[in-house]
Amino acid sequence: MSETFADLIACEDALMFVNAAITSTGQREFHHDAGGQRLSLEFLHSYMLENYREVYAAALALDVNDHNAAMIVRNLLVRAGDAGAERRRLEGRLIARRLDLMPQQRVYRLFRDLRRLKVNNRRTRAIVRDWLAGRAAPAFDAVKYRNGVKAAIRHAHIEPGGELRTFLFAPFRVKAYETPIFEQWRRAHYEKAALYELPYTVAEGFAAKHGIAREDFLERIAPRLTRLERLRLQESAREAKAGAVAVAADLTTMPLTRLASYVLSLPLDDRAARRAELTEALRTAARRVAGAARGSWGKVAAVLDDRYSATGSGHKRRRPLAVALAAHYLLEALAKEYTPLWTSGRTDELLVYPFGPTPLGERIIDALETGPERLLIVSDGWDNAPPGLAADVLRIWRTRLDPGHRYAPGQRVLIAHLNPVYDAEDFNVRRLSPAVPTAGIRNAEDLPTLVELARFAEGRVGLAGLRAHLDDRTARFLKERA
Amino acid sequence: MTFILDGLKTGPAQLWNSVRLVPLIRDEPVPHLRLHRKAYEEPVSAVDVGDGTSYIAFVPHAFVATWNDGDQGQAAAYGTRLLQQDTAAQTAAAPPRMPVRFTRRMARKAGKDRLRFLPLHLAVEGYLALHFGGPEIAWEEWSRRAVSRGLSPRSEETYLGLQVRGLEDALRIFEIHPGQCGVLVYVADSLASAFVVPHPDDYRALHATLVEDLFGELIYKYGLLGAPAGDLTMGIDGAGIRSLADLRAAATLYREEWAAFHDRVMAWDLFDEEGVTQRVQRLHGFVLSRFLPSFGLRKENHIGETITGEDGRVAYLKSFRLSDSQVRRGYLLKRLAARAWRLDATAEALGIEEHALALRLEQAGFGNLLRPDVLDRYRAQAERAAST
Repeated sequence: MSETFADLIACEDALMFVNAAITSTGQREFHHDAGGQRLSLEFLHSYMLENYREVYAAALALDVNDHNAAMIVRNLLVRAGDAGAERRRLEGRLIARRLDLMPQQRVYRLFRDLRRLKVNNRRTRAIVRDWLAGRAAPAFDAVKYRNGVKAAIRHAHIEPGGELRTFLFAPFRVKAYETPIFEQWRRAHYEKAALYELPYTVAEGFAAKHGIAREDFLERIAPRLTRLERLRLQESAREAKAGAVAVAADLTTMPLTRLASYVLSLPLDDRAARRAELTEALRTAARRVAGAARGSWGKVAAVLDDRYSATGSGHKRRRPLAVALAAHYLLEALAKEYTPLWTSGRTDELLVYPFGPTPLGERIIDALETGPERLLIVSDGWDNAPPGLAADVLRIWRTRLDPGHRYAPGQRVLIAHLNPVYDAEDFNVRRLSPAVPTAGIRNAEDLPTLVELARFAEGRVGLAGLRAHLDDRTARFLKERA
Repeated sequence: MTFILDGLKTGPAQLWNSVRLVPLIRDEPVPHLRLHRKAYEEPVSAVDVGDGTSYIAFVPHAFVATWNDGDQGQAAAYGTRLLQQDTAAQTAAAPPRMPVRFTRRMARKAGKDRLRFLPLHLAVEGYLALHFGGPEIAWEEWSRRAVSRGLSPRSEETYLGLQVRGLEDALRIFEIHPGQCGVLVYVADSLASAFVVPHPDDYRALHATLVEDLFGELIYKYGLLGAPAGDLTMGIDGAGIRSLADLRAAATLYREEWAAFHDRVMAWDLFDEEGVTQRVQRLHGFVLSRFLPSFGLRKENHIGETITGEDGRVAYLKSFRLSDSQVRRGYLLKRLAARAWRLDATAEALGIEEHALALRLEQAGFGNLLRPDVLDRYRAQAERAAST
């Protein structure tokens, strides 16, 4: 092995960045405020861009969250001149692919950011142009994201043709539009009935303008709602007594972590009353994520954190707990034999709520006693009852008690710690113990890939291995497009 | 020792920068004693013990509420009180109190009936005034005001919990243990305040008010320095552990070691052997008392109030760490009180000249207690003594 010290540091830096980019959204967390998070994240991004540009760009192919993906794209374009032509071509492909996957509103915000930063090189313009050209329904976008589209088109010097140009830049010059959605938008200015044909976010503004009562509005706009809008509005619609049935979302099609968040937002009484429906929805979502890997993980134990700090913050309400709950259902689907252990000692997972301290160390002992093949710990890593016990337990297990500790890593109990919270002061997710790999997690859906990534954090696979892994992921990511 | 913390288990500490919060946990709440119902925004039915036995309510010092017995507006309780069960006709049961007037901004921020304590210097002045009535015998040296009105009104410098850096965050992220009935607040590992209530629900209701509690200058300064407190536990040594059962036993031992260390070392100065306890009120077996430290110079000194049950166990406790200058003042007052406020006798006991004691009193901020002409005479004496 010709691993140098620099290689080790590079490997560590790369993992640190990936963990940060998966978990942090620059929002307030339980322990740290938003300002600290953003400052810390900005630093990490510039550090990576300066020192490991390849790894930085390749992170786009990983499961980094959209906030960080947008930051990466922006920084790559701001510092486009630093890279050679060959690199730039690869980066361009990565960016284009990533933009396709990102929610549109985030892409428009990114374009606006680029405009604010006065980044207007030829490559940026080409990227904006290609992305806009790839949109399936430009007219719909123009109505729903009017300002975003306008800013992007101006910034990239695009000449929009036909009615789009009129709609964006001189909307009331014409008496009538031929494009149906433009025409509805024009009519919605003075005709109440027309606004129900528009996307919800646009119609909401017109409803306020016309003074339409909230319950009437929700009832009639219901068919126009997107899946997530429906989930979000369901409870507020019920409070407003606006035909809850009309807005009822189909829970079985929701993504797993979202669904867990939704379940946790319900009062305990509601959860108990709708137990069968909610459990079924969560199980279905988990089975969908598990796919072919269902039941392939053998004997699994999980330590799941439902202590008070799993409340998250006003920005990320109950996010850590939602991740734990989603992970619970996913592991249930993946494992053949599964033991969940909540830190509070509760056993009814549907009725969890964040409360109490974190006796993480004792729960880990409980979990190890079940003799699992894999042990997963989902926790924000603030082990406080008593502090540091979890680290000691894991260390002693690894060095003395693990039946396979003298042999190859493959024969040992696989322990992984997944942490949903970015620690701004450490520039990384908080670790429980150096003996156990830690990976950041944002959506429970990524759990299988993250466990795979976590083995790099154990320091057994070197920089070369990591590079190979990243190249592999990049290649797969780019190929998916074709 | 004036009281014991039996029945309260020390939990593992939670650390945030320089603030260490140590929870105190009860297996069972203290029966028949609850926080006065005014503390809850709406009457809690759970307060009823159910078996027909009555419970006693307590109102903590400086607790602000609308008492509804004739006077409009909010008032702060002046000195902790025990009250009879506050059921039907309890209008007469309101504690002694002083009205609180808010600036508009404050009232809006606090909400109309939010549970809170008086966030003012008033509270600590109250503490000290409750303890020291002033001279009982009108020796000629004392000014007329000192004799007639005691030490009050006078001000003490204290700081709001909000001003102690890190305390607000530490309290916000603190994870309340199930069954937790109390907390010890350390700043830079120096005990700032102890707080115990009889029932976990009372604790949950009052936890957030600690941020409006008051802390001495010393604690404020320690907070400003902001040196993170370190980990005080040693961790588990892996030697000799051969099975998971061993590991579990080691973990239990680890908890116990911490609790023992905390009780014997960190919190020890709270129990001042030479302190003075003054019984204030007795009601159905519960005794409300105020305690004063020995005012030993250059050591921790806590004043506070306790409610103890028949078995001497603490049901309610609230303490305040005096800063060094306050300790010096308390020391002088205590010496004076012991000698019936005679200056000459006190000076003799301290082994200094009478004029030196007078100047010491003046430096400690008690100049207005002495008659001005007497003080002038002492000053002249001191000058003469210095020149010869």
